[in-house]
Amino acid sequence: MKDLKSQASKSTTPGKGGLTPEIQSRIGHQLRAMYDDVVRQGVPDRFAELIKKLDAPGGGSQNENGAGGSNDNNGRD
Amino acid sequence: MPLTNSLRDDILAAVPSLRAFAISLSGNADRADDLVQETLLRALANIDSFQPGSNLPAWLFTILRNLFRSDYRKRRREVEDAEGNYAKTLKTQPSQNAHLEFEEFRTALDKLPQDQREALILVGASGFSYEDAASICGCAVGTIKSRVNRARSKLAALLYVDGAEDFGPDETVRAVIGGSGG
Repeated sequence: MKDLKSQASKSTTPGKGGLTPEIQSRIGHQLRAMYDDVVRQGVPDRFAELIKKLDAPGGGSQNENGAGGSNDNNGRD
Repeated sequence: MPLTNSLRDDILAAVPSLRAFAISLSGNADRADDLVQETLLRALANIDSFQPGSNLPAWLFTILRNLFRSDYRKRRREVEDAEGNYAKTLKTQPSQNAHLEFEEFRTALDKLPQDQREALILVGASGFSYEDAASICGCAVGTIKSRVNRARSKLAALLYVDGAEDFGPDETVRAVIGGSGG
């Protein structure tokens, strides 16, 4: 019991930023789990197609956006 | 540099992590995909300004982050339904407990100041070095380090102490964190 207690107090020694190493790694783990869930979904079709379209000469999207002017016309809602 | 096939492939390969970054920032899947789309269009339109051999993901993340920033200023924070929308983006629904824990984490993350949240995500999830994260955010390396540390401390206070949402990590909270041996 005493050993357990001293172990516990050792592992709760605050590290950088007042955090225990245990809590730091828990935060890191959850953060990556959340992020990797999205990463694992890969590339949605809409983006693959968007980039593919720009590959083909004369693909639609260049015309859509005008010829490189800095004129942002956001007239519609 | 011109849009070569290999550059196009590299951009495509960065899309999954761009989406993850966008969702982490905005907390909203639909808005995140709009951000990614706008990022790609802007990147392709400005591809000539990309330096061959430099860090393509960092370049794309910088564009996305700047778009999010200007968008954010326009909209303020109109979307409060972060967890609900985010959960919809998941392919597999996590189990009940994991889901709860996940939502708590997501909610806590949303409570961080934007500067701290993005720094933590770039370093802790995207895997950028402090140097790359600093260049993406346009600030000093030391600033990124301190933002990441403050973000972690605040998350710990929010997540691992009951009712900590209403007050900061003061002495009482620290005592509770340190003393919960039961």
